[in-house]
Amino acid sequence: MRVQTEDFDVGGEIAALRRGNPTVGAIASFIGLVRDVNEGDRVSEMTLEHYPGMTERALEQIVAQAKSRWDIIDVLVVHRVGRLRPLDQIVLVVVAGAHRGEAFAACAFVMDYLKTQAPFWKKEQTPEGARWVEARAADDQAAERWSEPTR
Amino acid sequence: MGDSDVYKGLAVEQGSAVRVLYFARLKETLGRDAESFPLPPGVSTVAGLREHLQSRGGAWATELAPGNAVRVAVNQDMATGDTRIQAGDEVAFFPPVTGG
Repeated sequence: MRVQTEDFDVGGEIAALRRGNPTVGAIASFIGLVRDVNEGDRVSEMTLEHYPGMTERALEQIVAQAKSRWDIIDVLVVHRVGRLRPLDQIVLVVVAGAHRGEAFAACAFVMDYLKTQAPFWKKEQTPEGARWVEARAADDQAAERWSEPTR
Repeated sequence: MGDSDVYKGLAVEQGSAVRVLYFARLKETLGRDAESFPLPPGVSTVAGLREHLQSRGGAWATELAPGNAVRVAVNQDMATGDTRIQAGDEVAFFPPVTGG
């Protein structure tokens, strides 16, 4: 798990995760990106703040939960902080497994939990000034669906 | 907001005091990112500490008012109002998270 200001190379990260491991039969990935619009307003830039220490701890716990819940081989999470602009990459989740079903599910689970449990906050710059992004009820609902038994 | 700001003073006051951190919107409206103080008498839970901070009035009363969505972590684990706290703990108050 990494929290960093620098950008990441998706192809390189995936190659590193599966390198030399012939048990990996499926890779599922998610990439979150900065859009130039939110809630109907233009966004020129955003700043991502986090809680150093707790962030890494929360990401490790989320990944540990995914590994205990699905038969997967490895998980990578990279999340950027600091100043980002539209088109920039924010977050990468990669799950390596033997088969696609478990990899897809675990990847969605990690993202849903990250969005509600990992201590990151976005502040966006709009023509009307800077504002903190409000949490969305849809994100809570997305995380809650994993509370029901799925296997 | 560097780590050095967040953790300054931790070494000298750890043990006798509770360390309280604030993030994102709360950090701005409350005007500080961290503070340390002796755990007030009678305060032994997250809910108790939140009430104590609310009693400062002004932005503290507004931001931490019951019903406002405020998340709390104790020693870097998500907590609830019932979570117990003691001297030496690190307690963080922040808005619902918006990463990803």
